[in-house]
Formats: sequence, structure tokens, C-alpha cells
Amino acid sequence: MKQMVELTVNGEKKRIYVRPAATLLNTLREELGLTGAKPGCENGDCGACTINFDGRPMKSCLTLSIEAVDHQVTTIEGLIDTPIQQAFVKQFAFQCGYCTSGFIMNCHALAELYPNANEYQIKDWLQSNICRCTGYEEIEAAITEVLKNKAIEDTPS
Amino acid sequence: MIGKSVPRKEGNNKVTGAAKYTNDFSVAGLLHAKLLTSPHAHATIKSIDVREAKKCPGVRAIVTGVDYPILTGSAIEDRPILALEKVRYFGEPIAVVVADTEYEAQNACTFIKVEYEILPVVNTVEEALEGKHPLVHEEFKNYTQVKELRPDPTRNVSNHVTVRKGNINEGRTLSDITVEIDVSFPQSDHAAMETRSVRAEILPSGEVYLHSSSQAPFTIKQSIGKYFNINENKVIVHTPLVGGAFGGKAAIQLELIAYAASKAVGGKLVTLTNTREDDMVSSPVHIGMSANVKLGATNQGELIMAEIKFLFDSGAYVDEASDITTTAALNCTGPYKINHVWCDSYCVYTNHPYSTSFRGYGHSELGFAIERAMEILANKLKIDPMELRIKNAIKPGDTTPSQAPLTKGNIGNTAKCLERVKELINWEEGQVVPISDRIIKAKGISSLWKTSMSPTNASTGAIITFNKDGTMNLNVGVVEMGQGTKTTLTQLLAESMKVDESKIHVKMEVDTQTSPRHWKTVASTATFMAGNAVLEAAEDAKRQLKNNAAYALRCKPEELEVGEARVYLKSNPKSNVNVKDVAHGYKYENGNAVGSLVIGHGSFMMNHLTKKDPQTGKGVPGPAWTVGAQAVEVEFDTKTFFYKITKAVTVLDVGKVINPKGARGQVTGAMCMGLSWASREGFTFDENGIVLNNQFRTYKTIRYNENPKYIVEFLETPQSDGPYGARGLGEHGVIGMPAALANSLSAAAGVPINQLPIVPESIWRQKRGGVYDINKF
Repeated sequence: MKQMVELTVNGEKKRIYVRPAATLLNTLREELGLTGAKPGCENGDCGACTINFDGRPMKSCLTLSIEAVDHQVTTIEGLIDTPIQQAFVKQFAFQCGYCTSGFIMNCHALAELYPNANEYQIKDWLQSNICRCTGYEEIEAAITEVLKNKAIEDTPS
Repeated sequence: MIGKSVPRKEGNNKVTGAAKYTNDFSVAGLLHAKLLTSPHAHATIKSIDVREAKKCPGVRAIVTGVDYPILTGSAIEDRPILALEKVRYFGEPIAVVVADTEYEAQNACTFIKVEYEILPVVNTVEEALEGKHPLVHEEFKNYTQVKELRPDPTRNVSNHVTVRKGNINEGRTLSDITVEIDVSFPQSDHAAMETRSVRAEILPSGEVYLHSSSQAPFTIKQSIGKYFNINENKVIVHTPLVGGAFGGKAAIQLELIAYAASKAVGGKLVTLTNTREDDMVSSPVHIGMSANVKLGATNQGELIMAEIKFLFDSGAYVDEASDITTTAALNCTGPYKINHVWCDSYCVYTNHPYSTSFRGYGHSELGFAIERAMEILANKLKIDPMELRIKNAIKPGDTTPSQAPLTKGNIGNTAKCLERVKELINWEEGQVVPISDRIIKAKGISSLWKTSMSPTNASTGAIITFNKDGTMNLNVGVVEMGQGTKTTLTQLLAESMKVDESKIHVKMEVDTQTSPRHWKTVASTATFMAGNAVLEAAEDAKRQLKNNAAYALRCKPEELEVGEARVYLKSNPKSNVNVKDVAHGYKYENGNAVGSLVIGHGSFMMNHLTKKDPQTGKGVPGPAWTVGAQAVEVEFDTKTFFYKITKAVTVLDVGKVINPKGARGQVTGAMCMGLSWASREGFTFDENGIVLNNQFRTYKTIRYNENPKYIVEFLETPQSDGPYGARGLGEHGVIGMPAALANSLSAAAGVPINQLPIVPESIWRQKRGGVYDINKF
């Protein structure tokens, strides 16, 4: 049976009825109309559904909606004009755009949590997403640019 | 505007999650459909019992094959909408359940009881050709052929294409040296990130609305009309942004099932979206191939003859496979001048998922075969593989295997592409260079070519309208699936109208009711075809603007020019009028209005294409040949046989680069896809024809940082009839990658590697005969 839960998504509290078995991906898309997170495999393999969960990237297809109670969920719709979004446009880091939300959410969390991430860390994080259109070169350019600027920004002058 | 890296027009929507794809839609009352698919590759369906399933909560209808005993197919009508009497591949749709929610539909699927009698499977093309019984299609003779095919039903052959150029006996006699190789690769998948999705609704007026993630919305219209006996003009198809396609979304499959599902619930709106697992095997896949190539040459390395046999694994149904069989045959030699060519290309049924178009459409497949043979020929002749290719590179004045004449206007410069690749990959350094006691650096090269086989009358159109502020709306029937054509077309229009691209609003969605009919968004033809239509529409709009402006400027239209959002006198540009003031007729100061509303329209149709001769293959299959050359550099571990792809090079003669960053992205993306396919992709079938890797957990694709460093350059030998000289480039980066990789690894490992995908284990098998020898480690 559906139960009422209160989720905090993109800073807004939302009271909705969900099934205990409903995934967060499903709830975001069907109940809240936030379709930026995409189903690509619903098996945790492709990362197209990546959202930020208390600031860390999480695959929303592997998360139950009820697990999100009392946590901060951020979806691509919650990012406004962030450096990584700008960098993706500037660097041509997407083509069809279907994997883009997931990649951006992953990159965004990385830049926020580990602005000094080294090459290995970047690889470690970004390998959890699949892009089938680009050859990853442009995505690398986008994340590198953002981290570089972030490092400059964060350096005390 | 030409030559400028304009960011894609829909870019901001894609980085904010606002961009809508087919499945990003929900509304109260929307019904959900799910497929029940076959767990067997070949079996007779003895019975299907849906009684229990119908009692499941939320279920509104269940449709099975017997409800629609219709056979469908673009080349031959061999495929039921839902399996009828028997299943012919693992994953074949058997039933569709319509329910209030997706999970209820899914749940009900598990309550459908199907009784099967398992049949022996045809698991390889070789078995198929032996005529192994039972045949995949026992009733082949009763099928309707839509296209001209030459079948041999007793051997599971749906199409046998022959190319006969020159005299093969003479070729054999004139050859000082011949080489022969066998190559093969299994079927694989397009694996677009968006799985196929469709939504259908039938209104009381009889109108059928479909929303589909498709490359061919206008073909859907035709198919629904044809198979359900509905007047085609009642079928309206919408295609919003598509999340990648790569050829896999040009086939019509789920649309037919969704229509049947909607019909079963009184025409209500029903959505059907593939799971990843269904998308990989139930919907059509990338073709598999086995080939035998014999090349003959003089001792000096001049190619004399090619004798080629292709066996294409079409899987259980033909779909586009028969045309891929044809294209591969008609272009079988790759971009080399060879006077004596025999090719026998077979489209073969097996109990595998069925094959459809895939990026490259036969050319990457034929390329792998021919380029491996070229490498072996070079080794045997002791000629540098690069020199052998340059020496034999095809050029204007030569003819293709189908005897199509090549001219300066319809083919680029293959030799020049190779020369440039030679420099970029530092070929002079040597093909194999040891860099430590166990790591070897090795290079492999490949040429490539591709034409775009289309119906001889494939056509398209473009419509330009104006807003009150003088900005333009552009409407074409091309699908935006990531290739960026909508942005490219905007640039072409901006160039022609001499305005900034921001002054043009291009409609992303295709609506078959209002968008001009476009053949299909396939074969790297959208920029070529729709680009020409857009330029014609721009000329038409300018003519009308000048007519209206002539009233304002009191002159003849011929004295006027359009540019910078103005219409001005050629002799005195200071005398001008704003486009916005003449785009909707012209109004004099006293209120009198003259002229007319400007609506520019243009069209384009392929011309001079001919049907092929059934015996010799003679004919002109496509409008032009894009040529190029590629190289791969690997670091190969001689102990473990693991390798890293460090560098990949493409030099492509594209006629004219319209959007440099966009073009580079198309090429590097295609290179990545080609390398992914060659290095790790391919279905693994067990002895019962079951696909063991139909999800991303087990079907690996290249991920971040597994890609090589890309080096891409373009040559610009204009295509005479291309918009600003441009030719297609979307698919081509894939084509030479498998051969270049195999050539590099063959050189590194010192054994011929002729099967894909090339995983360390396959190199080990080839090198050590599959024997584990502890002393070798």
C-alpha cells in the first residue's frame, strides 16, 4: 500500500504517496515530474539516473523512495547555472543528452566534495556512468576545466 | 556561420534536465504496457494461457500473436508483431500486458503460462547454410517480398547478392601473389542510452497518435497504416529528442505492439518502454558476419583481384539485413582500385536476435574483412602496409565494385587522408616499437569509405516562417538524436540569410502532420539532404522578401539583396528596409498593405541513383563516397596480453566542415564506438542460442578514461552537390577502427587476429592455442 512520505527535493519539502517498493528514480519522474534523471538500465550499471543524496552521487534506480526521507535529494533540475553545466555546453560534452543529467550530477558532487581530485579519482568516479555518443574527450575537458577553476577559487589569496 | 563551432541549439535544455524525450511524459490515466519475451531461441508455442494474468490487479488487457496474425518487415514480411506459432530468437516478444501501472503490467507477465516445444537451434551462419532442420522459416515461400531479394529458403538464405566486375579468371592469372583470410564477429548492440519507447492513442475520429523515439517517424506512419489497414493520413507521429540511435531506431517494432495494445483498451493512451534487457535483444541489434577474402596482387603490390564472400547473420528476421548485405557487396573492396571483383554476399537466418542498420551500414563490416586482408597481403609482399594502401587508393576516374563512376565531385582524396595519417601516427617510427621488456607499442591502420544507400527517390523538405521581429522558424523532418543536425541546418540557414544563428529557432520535435516529409534520419544524409532543402527554402524566402521590399524601396526585386536582417539595394545598401517590416507583407504609412506573408520552402530529392543489376550488381547505390583513413596505437603487454588503446587517429575528407567542434565530436564518438565494439562488445550465445550478456553489467562498453587520445583532422575536397560542399560524416569514425585495432594487435602479438571482439583471452588463444603454460608467465 502507498504511504505518505515527506521528501526534500531540490530544497523543497514534498509530501507524496509512494509504494514501499517504489524506487527514487520512479518517484522523482512519475510523482514529482522531475524527468531529468533517466532510466538507462535500472540496474545500477549506467548512471543515467544519478542524483545527489546529501551531496553525494547516488543512483536513484538503486535507491528506494522511502530511504530518501530525512535526506537532501538534489536532481539536475536543482542545479542552476553551475560551472559544470556551463562547461558541458562550452566543451560540447554531450550529444543526445540522455546520459548528461547523470554525468553532471556526478561531476558536480565531485567538484563540490573533492575540488582537488586527481586523475585517478576523476576516473574512479566517472566510470560509473556510460556515455554512448561522445568519446569522453569532451566530458574530460569539462570536468578538468571545472576542477581547475574551483582549485583557483578555493586557493586563499 | 560556416566553420563556426556553434553550441547545439538545445544545449541548455539538455544540461538542466528540461529536454524531453519520449518517455519523459506522464498523465493521469496513462496505461503502461510490458512485454513478455521468449526464454528460448527456437521453440514451437503449444499454448499461451493468459487467464491467471488477466486476474492480476490493474490489468486492462493482454494481447498475444494470435490477436494480430500479421507479418511485417521492410524487405520481406517475415516477422509477426508478437510471436505466432513459434519463437525464433531469445527475447522475442510473445505477449504484451496493458495495466494501470508499469509494475502491475510487469507482475502480470509472470502469470502468463506459455507451453513450448523446444526445437534445435540454428546457432551460426555456417549451420544455417547447411540447411539445418528445422529451418528458421519453414513458410518462407509464402512470405511477401517488399524489396527485390534473391533467396535460397532451403539454406536459410533470405538474400544472395552478387557483384561481378571484370573477369575473375583473368584476375587470378594476372595476380603474382594471393592471400586468403577468414574473419568474423558476432552480433552486438547499438546500446543507445535511451531505450526504445513509444506511446500510442487511437481517437474516436480514427486518428492514431504515436510518440516514438525513432529515426523514421514517416515510416512509422506508413507501417501502421499498412499493417492495421488504416488510412495513412490518419496516423500522426511525433518524435521529440531521441537519446541516441546509431541505426537501431530506424526499424519499426514497438510502434506496432503499442498500437495493438492501445487498440485492446479501446484506444486509450498506452506507453511502452523497453527495459535495457529487452532493448538489447528483443529489439533489433547490430549484424554479425563471417567472411572469406581472397586478394590478388602483382609482386609490385598492385591490386588485381578480389574474391569475397560475406555471410551476414541477420538473426531470426530480415529487417534491414538484406540491404546491409547488398551495400557491403556493392562496396566490398573498400576504397581501393581493383579491376576484377567477385563478391557473393549472403543474408542468413539464424535463431539469433534480428539485425538492423548500425552506424556504418555494412561498411565497417566489409572494412574489417578487407583491411585485415590488406595487412596480410602487405606482410606477404614485404611492402609497407601504408604504402600498399596509398598505392592502391581509389580516385576519381576509377569505378566502384558496382561499376559506379567516381568523379572529383563524388569522392574525396583517399591517398591524401592516408598520407596525413602516416604523419599524425608517426608511422616512420615503425609499426612495432618495444618500450620495455614486456610492453610493446604497436600501430595499425585502415582506410575507409562509405556511401549512403537510399531509395533512389529519397526526399526531404524545409519550411521557413518569420516571427514579427524578423527572426526565423525552421521546420524540417529530421530527427535530433544527438548528431546535431538541427544546429548544423541552423548554421546553413544563417549563412544563407547572413544573420546570426541566434536569429533562427529550429523546431526540435518532428510532427509528421506539420513537418515536411523526410525519408529517414539515417545514413549520414541529413545534412546533405535537408541542408540542400534548407538552402533552397532560404532562396525562396529571400525571393519573397525582395518582392515585398520592392514596394517599400520602389524598385525591382532583382535590384535587391538580403542580409543582416535587412533587404537593401545592391547599388546603395543605405537604402534598405528591415526584414521584419517586409516578412509579413509591407504596410505603407497610410495603412495600405501590399505583398504577401513570406513562407520559404525548399526540397531535395536524391537524383541519378539507379537500381542494381541483379547479376553483376552494376548500379549507382548512393550520391557520394566519403573517404578517410584511420590509425590506432596500442600498448600491448606480452605477458598478460592485456592492452591499452593509447591513440586513435582519423583523417576524413568531409567536403566542408560546418561546425568544427560538432564534427569532431561526431567523429571521436564514432571512433569510441568502433573501438568499444572491436575491443569488448559482442553477444555471447550459449549452445541453445541464449544471449548471456543482455545488460550493461555483462555487456561492456568503453567507459570514461578507457578511451584513447583522439587525433582528428578533416580534408575539404568539396562534394559538388553538397550544401557548401559538405558531405556526411556521422557514421564514418566507426568504420576503420576494428581493422586498425586488429592490425595493431596482430603486429604486436605476432599472430593474425581476425575475430572480434579482441579481448586478452582471444589473443591468448590465438597465441598459445588456448593452452595454459605456466612457464610462459
